[in-house]
Amino acid sequence: MRDAVAELVRDGDTVAIEGFTHLISFAAGHEIIRQRKRDLTLARLTPDLIYDQMVAAGVARKLIFSWLGNPGVGGLNAIRRRIEDADPAPLEIEEYSHFGMVGRYTAGAANLPFYPLRSYFETDLPTANPLIRPIASPYGDGIVYAVPPLKPDVTVVHAQRADAAGDTQVWGLLGCQKEAAFAAERVIVVVEELVDESVIRADPNRTIIPGLIVDAVVVEPFGAHPSYVQGAYDRDNRFYREWDPISRDEAALQAWLGDWVHGLDGRAAYVEKLGAERVAALRPSGSAPSGSVDYGRYG
Amino acid sequence: MGDDAAPGMPFTKSEMMIVAAARELAGQRVCFVGVGLPNIAVNLAKRTVAPDLELVYEAGVFGAQPARLPLSIGDPTIVSGATAVTSMWDLFSLYLQGGLIDVGFLGAAQIDRFGNINTTVIGPYDHPTTRLPGSGGACEIAINARQVFVIMRQSRRSFVERIDFRTSAGNLGGAEAAARIRREQGWIGSGPSVVVTDLGVYHFDETGEMRLDSLHPDATLDDVRATIGWEPKIAPDLATTATPTDEELRLVRVELDPEGAYTR
Repeated sequence: MRDAVAELVRDGDTVAIEGFTHLISFAAGHEIIRQRKRDLTLARLTPDLIYDQMVAAGVARKLIFSWLGNPGVGGLNAIRRRIEDADPAPLEIEEYSHFGMVGRYTAGAANLPFYPLRSYFETDLPTANPLIRPIASPYGDGIVYAVPPLKPDVTVVHAQRADAAGDTQVWGLLGCQKEAAFAAERVIVVVEELVDESVIRADPNRTIIPGLIVDAVVVEPFGAHPSYVQGAYDRDNRFYREWDPISRDEAALQAWLGDWVHGLDGRAAYVEKLGAERVAALRPSGSAPSGSVDYGRYG
Repeated sequence: MGDDAAPGMPFTKSEMMIVAAARELAGQRVCFVGVGLPNIAVNLAKRTVAPDLELVYEAGVFGAQPARLPLSIGDPTIVSGATAVTSMWDLFSLYLQGGLIDVGFLGAAQIDRFGNINTTVIGPYDHPTTRLPGSGGACEIAINARQVFVIMRQSRRSFVERIDFRTSAGNLGGAEAAARIRREQGWIGSGPSVVVTDLGVYHFDETGEMRLDSLHPDATLDDVRATIGWEPKIAPDLATTATPTDEELRLVRVELDPEGAYTR
């Protein structure tokens, strides 16, 4: 991870660490903090705790998003301080809706000049964000709003497994990692498990990202904690709740970053610090395997 | 609720709100579940009045069968046992904008009499006093679901004459304008139809304005007027909401929200 971030993430980059609740690469975010990257534009539908931590650590100058909260708990307090009180400095924001963000990645990935959607008419969002613009249908049936393509310099995707070439397979919530990866200039894939190419080829429908577009494959078990990996570990809702009081107090937050990010040399140390008991408690309570399908041999 | 009704278990205002919201889903087929209070109301409905309800989550799940009530709406329990897991593009394009959603169930920070919703900021956008989460999928659910249900607690800060920011379109300035815009813009939805609060149940009248149709037990019209920023319309045949049954309360307290995260 150290090498991948050092080589592929540069000061001033637009970085997308995607994953909708599921498969959020906290390991990559923490490494970006450790390497003290600066002036990043951070893009994500739901900034989640990872961007709250990265913003608090001072790596970001701008945020592109569509839902800014800690689901079921409250707000993202470090980001809110920056927006509400410019404390310790203002944070530039560029705001969309979920579908708008998905459309932006889709246009970026498909090399389109914009993405049209029915949203935004008669709302205040186009006033808040002038990049959301109305266009008339060329076929004469009304107006839709357009959002511009989003092409991150770097997209980071956490996944269950990949082979050494970066062919990446995901199951569970798919979010828009695929679109975000195809839209990006550089792609880092972080996986729970590195597998042989034959494992990928035995189930090609599950491949969301081909190695063709991947620049680095990093093996980082438990690298998505406190988010989760379907079938491997649960969302650590306890941590999502604990983050609220920590992040309300700037000193407590900086102390947390010191203990859990700067004070550790990587994810393995983080998992060790978390402790075997906490890790074991997050394993699924049982197994729920899919029935296998038979692709057949032809020739 | 007649005088001869057996005295049930005591219940809180939040529990009454969740139960009343769940009951509104009777007869519905496909429901898009928003974050927060809608999540528990819809999951209760699936266990009571609407067992065949298809739960749709913006994370990309159709036909979820959550075995536990998730804190977030992207929890692994909405995946295991679901009918389909899709990309978010599929979900927003093919299922929502494509017109397959009967009810979009939303929460809100501020609402006005016409059901327009603010979940973005309190105060001016550039210098907000409170920065709220923003739209998420709400602004697209509000116009593309066939109808929209809202669940939220009532207060002078939340039920306001003028919302600080219109995140999601309701009946705009009234039913007539809303109908014209929906027709011109090709919106599939007909907008807000139900608002359930801790004090009562509102539907929308022919002018597109909220009307109190049912008052929860223990709530008074004075309570309603004290917590709403305009003079509310009250149905002439105002009903009293039936109290929660023991089974509804058991489901909420034991099965869905044992830690009281939603009902406190």
